Amino acid sequence: MSDVPPFEPVAPATTASLGGRLADGEWHRLHPASPLLKGGIALIAILGVVIANLRERIIDIFVPRYGYDGDPVDFVVNNGLLGWTLLAIVVVLLALIAGFYFSWRMHTFRITNEVVEVRSGILFRTNRKARLDRIQGINIVRPMFARLFGAAKLEISQAGQDANVQLSYLGSSAADDLRREILRLASGTHETASPQRVAAGAAGETVIERRVHEFLAPELDVDAAAPQSIVKLHLGRLIGSLVLSNNTLILVILAIVAVVWVVVTGEFFVLFFALPMVIGFGSFYVRRFTKSLRYSIAGTPDGIRVGFGLLSTSNETLPPGRIHSVQVSQPLLWRGPGWWEIKVNRASHSSTKGAGGEENTTILPVGDRTDVRRVLELILPELLAPSAGVSEYGPAQDEFRDDAAAHDHGRDVPGNGDRSDRSEALRAIESGLEAKGSSDDGFTNSPRRAAVLRWFSWRRNGFAITPGSLVLRKGSIWRQLVIVPQPRLQSVSLHQGPLLRMLRLAEVHLHTVSGPISASLGAIDRDDAVKFFDDVAHVAVSAAQSDTSHRWRAGEQPA
Amino acid sequence: MAERLELNDVAWQRVSKRLIISEYVGAVISAAIFITLGLIFTSLFQSWGIWIVAAVGVITVITMVIIPRRIMAIGYQLRADDLLFRRGILFQRFVAVPYGRMQLVDINRGPLSRMLGLSELKFVTAAASTGVVIPGLREADAEALRDKLVALAETRRAGL
Repeated sequence: MSDVPPFEPVAPATTASLGGRLADGEWHRLHPASPLLKGGIALIAILGVVIANLRERIIDIFVPRYGYDGDPVDFVVNNGLLGWTLLAIVVVLLALIAGFYFSWRMHTFRITNEVVEVRSGILFRTNRKARLDRIQGINIVRPMFARLFGAAKLEISQAGQDANVQLSYLGSSAADDLRREILRLASGTHETASPQRVAAGAAGETVIERRVHEFLAPELDVDAAAPQSIVKLHLGRLIGSLVLSNNTLILVILAIVAVVWVVVTGEFFVLFFALPMVIGFGSFYVRRFTKSLRYSIAGTPDGIRVGFGLLSTSNETLPPGRIHSVQVSQPLLWRGPGWWEIKVNRASHSSTKGAGGEENTTILPVGDRTDVRRVLELILPELLAPSAGVSEYGPAQDEFRDDAAAHDHGRDVPGNGDRSDRSEALRAIESGLEAKGSSDDGFTNSPRRAAVLRWFSWRRNGFAITPGSLVLRKGSIWRQLVIVPQPRLQSVSLHQGPLLRMLRLAEVHLHTVSGPISASLGAIDRDDAVKFFDDVAHVAVSAAQSDTSHRWRAGEQPA
Repeated sequence: MAERLELNDVAWQRVSKRLIISEYVGAVISAAIFITLGLIFTSLFQSWGIWIVAAVGVITVITMVIIPRRIMAIGYQLRADDLLFRRGILFQRFVAVPYGRMQLVDINRGPLSRMLGLSELKFVTAAASTGVVIPGLREADAEALRDKLVALAETRRAGL
């Protein structure tokens, strides 16, 4: 019992104001406007509703027009209880405000070299500690209302259900500073803390000017490397991608069915279902559209940053090695313009919805081949890693490990990559996307007899082991390519049922953390499958052992 | 029918034959329950209910025949860096899990297995689909295996 953490701060906690270092191991409080931003809106709304309702009555007191029947507000007015009611409302509101104030007082956090620790609660105290080297991502969310106040919500994602640490709210620039500091501490780099950055904007700026500046700037963290987005998502392409999405296909089919039905039967009652459907589809399009506006993706020394949102913005940094599998896919109608979508599997489940109103798993909502290539280069640097002995695991394995380790330390991979290997890995990806499939395209494809099960796609249904990754290619109508980074692979399995056995085929599953992608490949030649299973089992072990991404910059020399 | 899947250079460890007894008892109990229900239904309501009873009987017999082969098809092997597991005759499944990927190990015992001195060992990783459950280990073996797996995982620990 002696190690129960002290529940009251020993030293007085300081308030997380603009500026001031937050990651110094001391206890800090959140932004003073937090209670207002978290629940204050509701209070204001209640007050507003009460006043709006009473206003009619107040007018009625002076201009009585009609009788009151059964309305509680009427009762109050009739019996002269207006004063008491208002008093009760004010008391309740005051109590709530006091509650919010105390919960703000008691809500403190600190960041040390090892953990993030948060204490909160008035009567029921909670104390949450999260290890820095297990951080899966740091998200900064700025809801529109909070943005007006210059506040932001910082969410530190951890693996597991309901395991995230939320700091809501912090000052906008303080949140950016804090994220950079946490990432620096978590990365294990020897670089010392950068001197406190001069507050954004000139000293002469007024508060209002600063707010306007913050509101218009897409990205406050000006000193992080390469803040430029590598992908530009044009408005036209975004609208086009929505118009041509799979949902539109379903909508068109439903509309045709409805029209045919009406024409054939002469009954119009089908149209009653049209309204809810239009609302459903409409809200999908609107949500997806607003969420994907101002999308940006960029590389920083501490991982990839993905941002989006017009009024409420969200902007998340994923440190290296936090992406468990990647899927590049193409809905049927996107084939004409040549667009693709990229999704990922992640260990954490963010409470904030991402692009498309889904979990934060869509890394690229829509992009062409160049965009896909750029994003893949960013999120899977190991694709470009130099390699040795990828096809022979026996004697070359140690060499392979060393190389993988060396690569993991150096983030400036493209510079030291071997040309031929790079082109090999990239060629695999390129041919994975669109190629019809042939015997010499770097993939081991299904044999002809698999055409019984894969009518159109048997030629391109295949797998490849590239340096650092495992690539599965499937689908001829709905094309997709699944890439699993080798150090993230949890296990691998090989399946065969009676039907596959008759055809001398087998199925391989690559297990990663759960998400929208399931990396499995069916109907491949059984001998190929057994060899793939063996090879994958080997690389999974060696890649996991040489992986250092939990402290991704630990190998760097102090500058 | 073409030959089954087989991996090269693997010496499989098999599970205890006593698991067959436990499976038999389980099959007999569930068959008895279904047949009783079927007979009650037949005598009280419909005479065609007897066909259900017959079907249950046939299925039970088939299960009884398959059980020993099914149990003997379960196997595992501790390789240098990973655990290999197999099960299934008609639907075969092979899994390889690196030790470093272990998140936790469970040992479960049902009432029947406890009487027979058997345990079931479950190896859990961050991926829900890994699904490595080794049934029918003798209690001492299961505990030794658990301790060994934990020790192996400790020396080869990897991140997520």
